[in-house]
Amino acid sequence: MPSKYEIFKIGIKDVAPHLLSVFPFGIIFGAIGIELGFSPLFTYATSLIIFGGASQIVFLQLLSGGASSLIAITSVGVINSRHFLYGAVLSEYLQKLSLAKKLFISYFIVDQGFAVSNQYFKKNPTGEFNHYHLIGSGIILWFIWQVSTIIGIYLGSIVPEELGLKFAIPLTFIAIIVNELRKFDHILVMLISGLAATFFYNAPFKTYIIISPLIGLFAAMVINKLKK
Amino acid sequence: MIWTSIFIAGILTYFTRMSMVTLIRKEMISDNLRKILSYVPSVVFPSIIFPGVLLDDFGNFVTIGDPKILGAVSALVIGFFTRNVILTIVSGLSSYWAFIFVF
Repeated sequence: MPSKYEIFKIGIKDVAPHLLSVFPFGIIFGAIGIELGFSPLFTYATSLIIFGGASQIVFLQLLSGGASSLIAITSVGVINSRHFLYGAVLSEYLQKLSLAKKLFISYFIVDQGFAVSNQYFKKNPTGEFNHYHLIGSGIILWFIWQVSTIIGIYLGSIVPEELGLKFAIPLTFIAIIVNELRKFDHILVMLISGLAATFFYNAPFKTYIIISPLIGLFAAMVINKLKK
Repeated sequence: MIWTSIFIAGILTYFTRMSMVTLIRKEMISDNLRKILSYVPSVVFPSIIFPGVLLDDFGNFVTIGDPKILGAVSALVIGFFTRNVILTIVSGLSSYWAFIFVF
């Protein structure tokens, strides 16, 4: 059985390829903050306190566009509400931990870390130290996000906008789900969620980010009923 | 005021992360629910991918020949056959750039 430290390292190793897109995205975010007229400290503080890429961009864009704080905060909450789903999935594997450990690990639950650690948990459902995988993937993502934000704040203007590095985010998510394309029910559920998101994209407060997964889960429920 | 809003947004985000982890107990999750939850990656990520590829910055549909579409298709194909994350991202970005800068 692998030790805590070994599982921690596996977590880092498993999520490492995704840093290829997280790193440029952090640079872009830092640059956007400065471009919108925020101070380096304020821009960086969102990475430390909110720690949620897309929601930080929306937060700063809304504030700089003159939206009220309430609207900016609500949008952050809605965009990040997908973590409720991640937490529900992970809860089973983190069950036995103390409350303090749960509270600590929770800070590091982000998209890519959730995705790779969840895959690891599914393959090793009984490991006693499994949560170190999530700590490993989460901490390296956190660290790279902090560093890349700071680089973006000071050097981001050097990165040409034409590179369209924002596109790295959909790509990293494609890499996450591409294996599920081998299962027909998953393909169907993905199409339904994706098309729903496209359709509801202009709904207020970015609610498409949570409406569409819920529609997808409902579809998954129906599909499973029909299969029986 | 603006600093207060960062902290509230941060607390709210932290709440979305910790609530389910701390509140859900094993006995609350039935086999049926567990089955449905196994679809979470397949419903959340496409909800970000589709608009990210199909729509531009203003929420309008891109054309069928858009570099983003070419990049996404190439990432899907390479990812499906190689199962390699780095190759998936690199193939997507390089076809996207090839389309923008070369053609």
